[in-house]
Amino acid sequence: MSILELQRVSKVYGEGDTEVDALTDIDLSVNRGSLVAIMGPSGSGKSTLLTIAGSLEEPTSGDVIIDGARVRGMSRNDKARLRRRTVGYVFQDFNLLAGLTAVENVSLPLELDGIPMKKARSKGMAALEGLGLADRAESYPDQLSGGERQRVAIARAVVGERSLLLADEPSGALDSVNGESVMRMILTACHGGVAAVVVTHDAKLASWADRVVFLRDGQAVDETLPPPSPEELLNPDVPKPSLS
Amino acid sequence: MSIRHSLLALLSEGPKYGFQLRQEFETSTGDVWPLNVGQVYTTLQRLERDGLAQSDDVEEDERQKNYRITEKGGEELSRWLRTPPDLSEPPRDELVIKVLVASRLPNVDVFDVIQVHRRYLVQLMQQWTRMKEDESHFDLAFALAVDAELFRLDSVVRWLDSADGRLRRVSLESVESTMDSTFALPSNRRRTGARR
Ligand SMILES: Nc1ncnc2c1ncn2[C@@H]1O[C@H](COP(=O)(O)OP(=O)(O)O)[C@@H](O)[C@H]1O
Ligand SMILES: [Mg+2]
Repeated sequence: MSILELQRVSKVYGEGDTEVDALTDIDLSVNRGSLVAIMGPSGSGKSTLLTIAGSLEEPTSGDVIIDGARVRGMSRNDKARLRRRTVGYVFQDFNLLAGLTAVENVSLPLELDGIPMKKARSKGMAALEGLGLADRAESYPDQLSGGERQRVAIARAVVGERSLLLADEPSGALDSVNGESVMRMILTACHGGVAAVVVTHDAKLASWADRVVFLRDGQAVDETLPPPSPEELLNPDVPKPSLS
Repeated sequence: MSIRHSLLALLSEGPKYGFQLRQEFETSTGDVWPLNVGQVYTTLQRLERDGLAQSDDVEEDERQKNYRITEKGGEELSRWLRTPPDLSEPPRDELVIKVLVASRLPNVDVFDVIQVHRRYLVQLMQQWTRMKEDESHFDLAFALAVDAELFRLDSVVRWLDSADGRLRRVSLESVESTMDSTFALPSNRRRTGARR
C-alpha cells in the first residue's frame, strides 16, 4: 500500500525573470515498508521534493497524497495534524531543541498532539530504546555525539505510529560508520512498516535503499532497477557481484 | 593477495600442519577472494626453500608436515604488510575512456552515457550493501572486503558526478560563446577566438 504518492508534481519559485523550475512533473509512489533514495547534484530539487512530500510546502501543480489523504484543499489545521501524526522529518542539522533532554525531544511531537505527558514520555523512551539510546535519554543535545544526536532525531521522527519518514541528507556531517548506522536505523523503521524517502548525494548511503531515483534539474531522469528476485539469484546465468 | 603472505600470516599464529593451512587458507579468504587453493603446498615448499618457514622433515607428505614460521619469515610478513602497493600509475580505466570518447562525439549525449554508468554502479552498490545488511551472519573479514568494494565503486560514482558537472559547465560556456559570436561586435568575436 502506498503511503506517499506524488502525482505530476511541479514547483516554480519566483516569477518572470527570476522564475526557477525547481521540480517538473514528478511522479513518485512509496509503499509501506520501502526505502527510496533520491540522488542528484546540488540544486536539482531534492529538498524541494522532500518539503512538498511532507506538506510543508505547496506544489505549484500536481497532487500529494499522504497515507491516502490528498493534501490539496486541506485546512492548515488538518495539515498540521497530518504532519504531527503521520510524517517524521530528519534534517541534516538534526534540529534538536537544546533545552530539552533526548527523551523530551523525542516525546515533544506527541505532547503537541495532545497525548498526556506520561504516556508521551513512555512512547519516547520506547523509540529511544529501539535505537539503542535508552541510556542517553536524560542527556541534553550538547552532551551527545553527532551520531547520537542523529539517532535521537530519527527516534523523534518515527515516534508514535508515524508511517512516513522523510530525511534530507541525514548523515550530513557524520563519518561513514555513523552514516551507515543511520541508514540501518531507517531501514529498521521500514521493516516495521514505515515508508521512507532519503535524500542524499552519497551513493554509499543511497545503496541501502530498495530504489534510487535520480533527480536532475527538477526532473526524475532515471531510477535503479528493482533488485533481483530470489529465483534470479539462484540462476547461475545471472551475474552476481564478486570480489576479484 | 599473495598466497605466500597469507600463509606466512597463518603461520604467525603458531605452527600448523599442511592440511590445516590449506583448510584455514580456504576459509579465511575463499569467501571473498577466490584463490587457487591448489597452490598451497607448492607455496609451502618455496617458503621452506627460501628460509621463511621450517618443517619437521619426518614426513614425506606436505599435508602431514608441521610448519612453523622462521624469524626471517616474520620479518618478511611485517615488511609486506607495511609496503604500499604501487598505486602511482593510474590504471587504464575503461569507464574513463568511454566518457572521454563520448564527450568528443557530436552525436552522443555524454550526460546520458554518464547516467547509464552511474545507475549501473549504484545498482552494484545496492547488491553489495544488501549482503552486508544481514548482521546475523556477520563476518568481519567479509564486511571489510565489502566496504572496500563499496568505497571503490563510490569513488567511481563521484568521479562521474564531477565529470558531469565539469562537462555541463563547459557546454554552458560554449553556448554562451556561440551567442557572443552570433550577436556581438567583431572585436568580441576576435577575443572569443583568441581564447581558444
Ligand atoms: N524558497 C526558494 N525560493 C526560490 N528558489 C528556491 C527556493 N528553494 C529552492 N529554490 C531553488 O530551487 C532549486 C532546487 O533547490 P533545492 O530543492 O534546494 O535543491 P537540492 O536540495 O537538490 O540542492 C534551486 O535552483 C534553488 O535555488
Ligand atoms: Mg538540499
